[in-house]
Amino acid sequence: MKIQELPAHQIHKLLVKKEISCQEVIREIFKTIGEKEGEIHAYLSFRDREKVLREAKKVDEKLKNGEKLFPLEGIPIAIKDNMCISGEKTTCASKILENFISPYDATVIKRLKEKGLIFIGKTNMDEFAFGSSTENSYFGPTHNPYDLERVPGGSSGGSAAAVASGEATVALGSDTGGSIRQPAAFCGVVGLKPTYGRVSRFGLVAFASSLDQIGPITKDVTDSALLLNVISGYDLMDSTSVNITLPDFTKSLIPQVKGFKIGVPQEYFVSGIDREVEASIKKSIKLLEAIGAKIEEITLPHTDYGIATYYIIATAEASANLARFDGIRYGYRSKNNKTLSELYEHSRAEGFGKEAKRRIILGTYVLSAGYYNAYYLKGLKVRTLIKEDFNQAFRKVDAILTPTSPTTAFKIGEKTDDPLKMYLADVFTISANLAGIPGISIPCGFSKEKLPIGLQILAPAFGEEKIFQIAFTLEQSLKK
Amino acid sequence: MKYETIVGLEVHVQLLTNSKLFCNCSTKFGEKANTQVCPICLGMPGVLPVINEQAVRLAIKSAFALHCEILKFTRFARKNYFYPDLPKNYQISQFEEPLAINGYLNLGKKKIGIKRAHLEEDAGKLLHPEEEAYSLVDFNRCGIPLLEIVSQPELKSPQEAEDYLNVLKLILKYLEVSDCNMEEGSLRCDANLSVRPQGENNLGVKTEVKNMNSFKSVRKALSYERERQIKLLEKGGKVNQETMLWDEKKGITLPMRSKEESQDYRYFPEPDLIPLAFNEEWLKKIEQEVAELPETRKKRFIENYFLSDYDAGVLTSQKPLADYFEETVSRGGKPKLVSNWILTELLGRLNSRHLTIGQSPFTPAHLVELLKLIEEGKISGKIGKDILAKVFDSGKSPTSIIKEEKLTQISGNALLLKVVVEVIKENPKTISDYKKGKERALGFLVGMVMKKTKGRANPANVNKLLQEEIKKL
Repeated sequence: MKIQELPAHQIHKLLVKKEISCQEVIREIFKTIGEKEGEIHAYLSFRDREKVLREAKKVDEKLKNGEKLFPLEGIPIAIKDNMCISGEKTTCASKILENFISPYDATVIKRLKEKGLIFIGKTNMDEFAFGSSTENSYFGPTHNPYDLERVPGGSSGGSAAAVASGEATVALGSDTGGSIRQPAAFCGVVGLKPTYGRVSRFGLVAFASSLDQIGPITKDVTDSALLLNVISGYDLMDSTSVNITLPDFTKSLIPQVKGFKIGVPQEYFVSGIDREVEASIKKSIKLLEAIGAKIEEITLPHTDYGIATYYIIATAEASANLARFDGIRYGYRSKNNKTLSELYEHSRAEGFGKEAKRRIILGTYVLSAGYYNAYYLKGLKVRTLIKEDFNQAFRKVDAILTPTSPTTAFKIGEKTDDPLKMYLADVFTISANLAGIPGISIPCGFSKEKLPIGLQILAPAFGEEKIFQIAFTLEQSLKK
Repeated sequence: MKYETIVGLEVHVQLLTNSKLFCNCSTKFGEKANTQVCPICLGMPGVLPVINEQAVRLAIKSAFALHCEILKFTRFARKNYFYPDLPKNYQISQFEEPLAINGYLNLGKKKIGIKRAHLEEDAGKLLHPEEEAYSLVDFNRCGIPLLEIVSQPELKSPQEAEDYLNVLKLILKYLEVSDCNMEEGSLRCDANLSVRPQGENNLGVKTEVKNMNSFKSVRKALSYERERQIKLLEKGGKVNQETMLWDEKKGITLPMRSKEESQDYRYFPEPDLIPLAFNEEWLKKIEQEVAELPETRKKRFIENYFLSDYDAGVLTSQKPLADYFEETVSRGGKPKLVSNWILTELLGRLNSRHLTIGQSPFTPAHLVELLKLIEEGKISGKIGKDILAKVFDSGKSPTSIIKEEKLTQISGNALLLKVVVEVIKENPKTISDYKKGKERALGFLVGMVMKKTKGRANPANVNKLLQEEIKKL
């Protein structure tokens, strides 16, 4: 088997058994990048190769000395370009940060360094994570490894494509409304959005502070649990991170769902859903039922309001979060200005892309005097109702199962002229962010066109262990 | 027509914390530009704020001192506006759920209402080099905690506004919440002023007056603004609701360039910080610290300890100083003496070393010990002062210093007699002057004995011995 196709836990076994060296692993990844990056464009920047290989050499020396490795030590990882690595570029795929070099490490980066993972580079994304296709990148789109004419999903499309193509073994993405799960579904990999507060946001360039969460994008469920083990936990630098005891998530990788009650929301199987996607999800539901899970139809009555609510709250927060990009202290500054307000206006008009400007304007509007109550405040109230929908549902069931996205990967350019159509690509993932609950997308089959289909499992807040157990069981059963 | 003046004040004070409101940067004043900064207070991409507990404590302390209601649940909000001294282009402040509301401040017999008090972060400072086409910005001040205290429109004259500021400063300095230095910018004040015909119930149109840099200039600016508004109304004109800038040199207020439309700050709850809810016990502890305010304590010092108005005022200007005094008294020091020693000996020495009373190496226990030694006649007052200096430098106790340096008074008469006889022999001229009736001559002789004994003799004893010995001649 090819190294670039192996999940991290298998590479770890080979490293420990000294069947391969860490330097070989890295060279294989470099080779794959050399072969595929030209057509996929998963990355925006790469770390210096010499540096990367030196780190791999250190891992090999540890092995030679008989020292124990951390479970993901020496594993090549790709990082979405909205997380700060000290001394590396963090562009958020925006012209306004094209040459910005971060002066500090994000908390997740610190944790990955402590556990010996090796950073390969920073991956492409929709500008400031605004999008569902990675087409809104100032540096050009990423292509889906399964069909180069199609999008990889977004906004963490670069990370998902890198893992799917073998340009990295694992990756980090960020998910504000589905930005990890939807590209994972489109690229046939596993993407987890943890509970809000599970992973520190310190060093993640904020899109919508109350919705953003960093999570793993991996080749399988086991890697997802391993990577969550490394990045999760309370952080003094993030007041919204939650201080609770951390489980070892690999303990939940048990192929057993007997007695589990799994809810299927009726609202998710109505209009706009691709029939192939529906059929594939229903097959998995049958499979789970066959191996002992109890399937129950449930209702999430406020589902229809998810997208509207999301685009009010997320854009409101984004309008303030992006105000700092003003050309004064760092980032792009327009040369055509005579006054202070011209400096602001021109730098932002020239520095931000179309979708970023659209969302800043939307967010500014919903917070404006006279509109605040009608939009933002109303949005907060509906958000509470959506949360309450899930609370009600989780009184009856352990987890909820849905399609990740209504369709498989669409063609590049297909939806760029119609933002509303694009927004609907996140219709099944957005509610989890509004409710703060965790969700995973795992591959559950392929369409006739050989495009991956993703299945989403949602659980109550801090219920990642349940998610892992169900996802792992389903993953194993689907292999058979 | 007679007019009534209505003033409301908005005061910002910098809180005396070691670090900034949302990061670990130092709050030290007067450092080199942009040296007290980090990615967080510079608003770099990806950073998050973390609240400084000490700032919350100081804010709550002030709120208790101003008799405010502390809200059970308080939250931060983003105030959105673009300005180069504001790195995030929003200020983290409080809006709908401030820390404290509905308090008052005693101004003589009058109570002036406090509408609200809330925490927020300070902005940086813009510098405009002369004849240059650019501006510079210093972010050292950016993120320093501010407490905004908003009074009700209940001040009835410019003088009352100045008095309010003086009382507020007294309280906040006493509690060591802020040093309230308007010249250094640790206290800033904007005022709203309106006038109305006497007897009228509705408030007149107000103007906001800014740019005053001392309490006196607040009074002067408001007096000017009051006259300006009255003159305008008497001519049949109307007051515009606008912001006026005080020009200290010219002694006038001038309208700020009027904005086309009023600023919309688009406040919304700060999603990066969780709301604060306070532990009852924690609140109670802070409340106890402010149980007695300086005014009451001063009165008590005058009544209970028979101190002068001035002495009591100085001692109660800072809480730790008043505590120091009372601890010394409770350990047995005589109030008047303790007060004298603190005010004449200790404070000067602390000031010259830039120490606060809390950092004094000379403790209340040391002072009590020293006063006892003087009272028992073991040392003279003069030596007492030297000992204070030595304790101050070494931290050793007065008794051990006396032992080490053999500074006790010569109490055995034999030794003293020897010196007295010596002095008499050496000064025959003075002796004869004294015998001729020059009483002052004796003082000179006493001084000579004291000099020879390096101050260790008891002057009363010396006096007595000298007279006896001279009689014998």
